[in-house]
Amino acid sequence: MTVPTRLAALALFASGALAAAPALAADTVKVGLLSTLSGPGSGLGIDIRDGFQLAMKHNGGKLGNLPAEVVVVDDQQSPDAAKQTAERLIKRERVDFLTGIVFSNIMLAVGPTVFQSKTFYLSANAGPSQYAGAQCNPYFFSVSYQNDNMHEAVGKTVGDKGFKKVALLAPNYPAGKDALAGFKRYYKGEIVQEVYTPLSQLDYGAELSNLRASGADAVYIFLPGGLGINFIKQFVGAGLSKDMTLFGPGFSADEDVIRAVGEPMLGMFNSSQWGHDLDNAANKRFVADFQKEYGRLPTLYAAQGYDAAQLMSAAVRDTKGKLGDKEAVRKALKAARFDSVRGSFKFNSNQFPVQDYYLRVIGKDAQGRITNKTLSPVFKAHGDAYAAQCKMPA
Amino acid sequence: MATLVLEQMLNGLQFGLMLFLLAAGLTLVFGIMDMINLAHGSLYMLGAYLVASIAAASGSFWVGLGGGVLATAALGALLEVSVLRRLYQRDHLAQVLGTFALLLMANEVVRMLWGSQPLQLNPPPALAGPVELWPGFVYPAFRLFIIGVGLAVALALYLLVTQTRVGMQVRAGASNREMALAMGTNVRRLFTALFALGAALCAVAGGMLGPLLAVQVGMGESILILAFVVIVIGGIGSIRGALLGALLVGVVDTAGRTLIPLLFGQLMGPAAAANAGPAVASILIYVLMAAVLFWKPRGLFPAH
Repeated sequence: MTVPTRLAALALFASGALAAAPALAADTVKVGLLSTLSGPGSGLGIDIRDGFQLAMKHNGGKLGNLPAEVVVVDDQQSPDAAKQTAERLIKRERVDFLTGIVFSNIMLAVGPTVFQSKTFYLSANAGPSQYAGAQCNPYFFSVSYQNDNMHEAVGKTVGDKGFKKVALLAPNYPAGKDALAGFKRYYKGEIVQEVYTPLSQLDYGAELSNLRASGADAVYIFLPGGLGINFIKQFVGAGLSKDMTLFGPGFSADEDVIRAVGEPMLGMFNSSQWGHDLDNAANKRFVADFQKEYGRLPTLYAAQGYDAAQLMSAAVRDTKGKLGDKEAVRKALKAARFDSVRGSFKFNSNQFPVQDYYLRVIGKDAQGRITNKTLSPVFKAHGDAYAAQCKMPA
Repeated sequence: MATLVLEQMLNGLQFGLMLFLLAAGLTLVFGIMDMINLAHGSLYMLGAYLVASIAAASGSFWVGLGGGVLATAALGALLEVSVLRRLYQRDHLAQVLGTFALLLMANEVVRMLWGSQPLQLNPPPALAGPVELWPGFVYPAFRLFIIGVGLAVALALYLLVTQTRVGMQVRAGASNREMALAMGTNVRRLFTALFALGAALCAVAGGMLGPLLAVQVGMGESILILAFVVIVIGGIGSIRGALLGALLVGVVDTAGRTLIPLLFGQLMGPAAAANAGPAVASILIYVLMAAVLFWKPRGLFPAH
């Protein structure tokens, strides 16, 4: 190639690129999906991602009426790595929405960066009490729950079923503290033990021995993902399942844990804002297509990922794609005009959900699969305990 | 209360014996070859992955354990012949850098081959439940099995080191390397064999702990630090020291996790105990190490 033709080609290329750039920015939506995709917590992040991508597929690759690009990144379950990646997504990728974080400690580390940049964060899992109460923020929406909620539902159930002595176990991180606070808010009996273990701990030998000696008649665990899988296997291995009844939130008894543990899970009660057998049109389509697409039953994380995408889509649609008008976007998000797979869903004044929480039990379904069956609601149209502390402009 | 203490002692023993399997290989390599091997934890990780994969493919935990241990031993020997042999003459900094590179590479290779999601390794069905040792005392069968394996390996190592010709050469090497060389020990072959043995012990630990923990990338690093604590406490190069140090660390760690939250709960109420208890319990073994170094700077049973 001669020098002049090379220059001409360069000029052509540059003009093409310049012409294309502003048009692209106006016509597409960019979403950063920052989630835990490696390590013991990866099952949760993968389900959020798959649920989100299924919604994208249902919407023909669009959010609202605009073509959308989803940038998926692993946070390695590390607050530092997550913070750096979030900065990159906001500054370099210029995402319009962020979502995907599984763990509350990571959410709390990433939050300030996101809020400062005025990027909307739609939580598909973590719902820390801090962001529901005094530190609530116009740019944070929880499409999942507030961390205490599911534990409140089990706390009430354990009391109602007549258990008198309960031992509690949770990891030592923000959501662990929220969990046991939530449980205790609605359980009024005696608590014989309250144990916090490191979030990285996977061997519960010492804790199980203490549990045996505690004389508890029920034990409540909040151990997400791999932690719960290990605990339940070791709990059964230690023969404790004969002496005490195991309760957990939906996280410790969802399809990921059931797949890994199997039979010993039968009969375990747990709580959730969603179940794969909930009877509404959106949910039936979601569950059937999720199984077709990925060959497994969805978990509540997948349902939350799916709903986060649908809420985003509704906001883009209702603002007619004018994502620069932050006040309008926020109003559209708050209206929550989408068909949630959990049925009724609306936002509280602190932008956390007001929704129903159900009791579920693990059993064998008609096809002989071990899976969750949704029983009656424990709470109807339930908000959270922190909304009153939230002073947010309406 | 008595059964609780006994049960926790067994937990501590189980944890300590697994640490011993790792520390034994580390201390021999360190004491005899004067080689700091940071990639020792990677052999533990690779061992666990091999055991889990072979167990999943064959459908039997025992086939997985046997195959995984043999494969890891071969891998260890290969590593010694190909890379580590060149590092013996270098100073410690070069060894640390070289083996740290191996550690990073091992993590990436495992991620490429097996993915970043943890593998599931289940204990054999016969050992999945509890056993009643005597009326009123129930203990998980698999943990009991781990204790049995740990004790058997410790005994076998003891016999190997004290009663055989190879063991004599190993001991000679640990106390005075130059003299052992001068006396005509075939150092090359001895070192390769020793390294393979260390790798095999890593794989045994990986296969035993896999069902209790998770078989995942990076599992080697956290336990490697503990193994170093063990050999510093026990005295570098000494098998006896490694055993004692490992048991001490296992029992102190378990006792700390049990007693400290209880103690703190008595002293300052449950809320403060919930915050401070786990933090203090997790630094207890490092306090132990500092104390040993203060009074016995060369460890409890120095080999030299």
